[in-house]
Amino acid sequence: MTWVLGNLEMIWGLTLEHLVFALVPVVLGIVLALPLGWLANRTGVGRSITINVAGLLYTVPSLALFVILPPLLGTQILDPVNVIVALTVYTVALLVRTVADALSAVPSMVVNAATAMGYRPLRRFVAVELPLSVPVVVAGVRVAAVSSISLVTVGSVIGFGGLGKMFTDGFQRDIPQEIVAGIVLVLLMALVVDGALVIIGRLLTPWSRVMTTVGRAA
Amino acid sequence: MNYLGWLFDPANWSGQGGVPERLLQHVGYTALTMIIALVLAVPLGAWIGHTGRGGFLVVGLANGLRALPTLGLLVLLVGALGIGLIGPLVALVILAVPPILAGTYAGVRNVDNAVVDAARGMGMRGRDVLFRVELPNALPLVVGGIRSSLLQVISTATIAAYVALGGLGRFIVDGLAVRDFPQMIGGSILVAALAIASDLLLAALQKVLVSPGLQVAPTRGRRLRAVPDPRPAAQAA
Repeated sequence: MTWVLGNLEMIWGLTLEHLVFALVPVVLGIVLALPLGWLANRTGVGRSITINVAGLLYTVPSLALFVILPPLLGTQILDPVNVIVALTVYTVALLVRTVADALSAVPSMVVNAATAMGYRPLRRFVAVELPLSVPVVVAGVRVAAVSSISLVTVGSVIGFGGLGKMFTDGFQRDIPQEIVAGIVLVLLMALVVDGALVIIGRLLTPWSRVMTTVGRAA
Repeated sequence: MNYLGWLFDPANWSGQGGVPERLLQHVGYTALTMIIALVLAVPLGAWIGHTGRGGFLVVGLANGLRALPTLGLLVLLVGALGIGLIGPLVALVILAVPPILAGTYAGVRNVDNAVVDAARGMGMRGRDVLFRVELPNALPLVVGGIRSSLLQVISTATIAAYVALGGLGRFIVDGLAVRDFPQMIGGSILVAALAIASDLLLAALQKVLVSPGLQVAPTRGRRLRAVPDPRPAAQAA
């Protein structure tokens, strides 16, 4: 505890840095996964291609991906952009499938009703299908955000910042308190972000509360 | 810079610290971890799924693990247990158990009640029900759990090079130390290839092991829902 109290300023700086590294990819990932998931849901071939490519990308270990990206992107090997891109790739890989599944679970009656009311495909997607997929998509985003928060720490093996620095520094200088504090902070951040996402999900689906009180529609 | 030069240089493919030795080490750590984790997690998961006791714990454990930073766990355990195989091995097993446990639990738990009732109606006892009905039916989810666990272990074993373990991660850590980027990139490509190959191997194994009746083949006109694949639930570090 004394170590933590003596280094509050540094810890705060690392926490903020960590938050940016972890959450920017999640936001970018959502923006990319929505149209890709929509495409995957439209055609059977598109679906199997996106889901297989996503599965393959998801398989690549993070430390390896951090290093493989620079030659592909033309970035410096220790450029923070690599971490952002790598974590965005994981988020997209995870969410494309979630979005496709969520969209295909929207009752076809609802989609047909919207079409009959004159909704064109794009507006129907934005105003009907997307809002109805929010609960499933949010569940996917929660998984992506929590893993992203945990994965940022891996980057410190090759010198990136964030709370992972507390692991490498604590290991090299033999300060167990620093390592434990880092683990606790990562877990706390995951918990807080996860809770925030649950609340955002509720705010985005005001009708679900009505539904649960009436009895969930099949 | 010639990024692939290191990977295709024959000098790096033999002798001490060469690719074959590092690859063998990596596969060795992974195999050892997986054997220990399987011995611990499959019976426990099957028992919990069969009796239904403590299921919420398993699910909570598997979810909580996703947030646990693997590097933090590694340096903490190596700091406590010393440099060598034991510290990293304990960390790897801790990370490998929950996905297998959750997969086995969910698999056994989700076997259709009617199937279990039919087995009992045919006069099977608890043990027969578990081994001849529940476990074979649970296999897709069990193997799913094993696949996600395996990826986690291969990935974490790479990071373990930071705490002086051998394996393919050495190329990344040692390459960084001397700013030898082609070596880092070569090592990373090997790690990625190992992960993808291992996952494909298990996918093939799943096809062979799982009863044909449980494998969902796409039929014309009607889209059948496959058993939910728990893999994306736990991302490898």
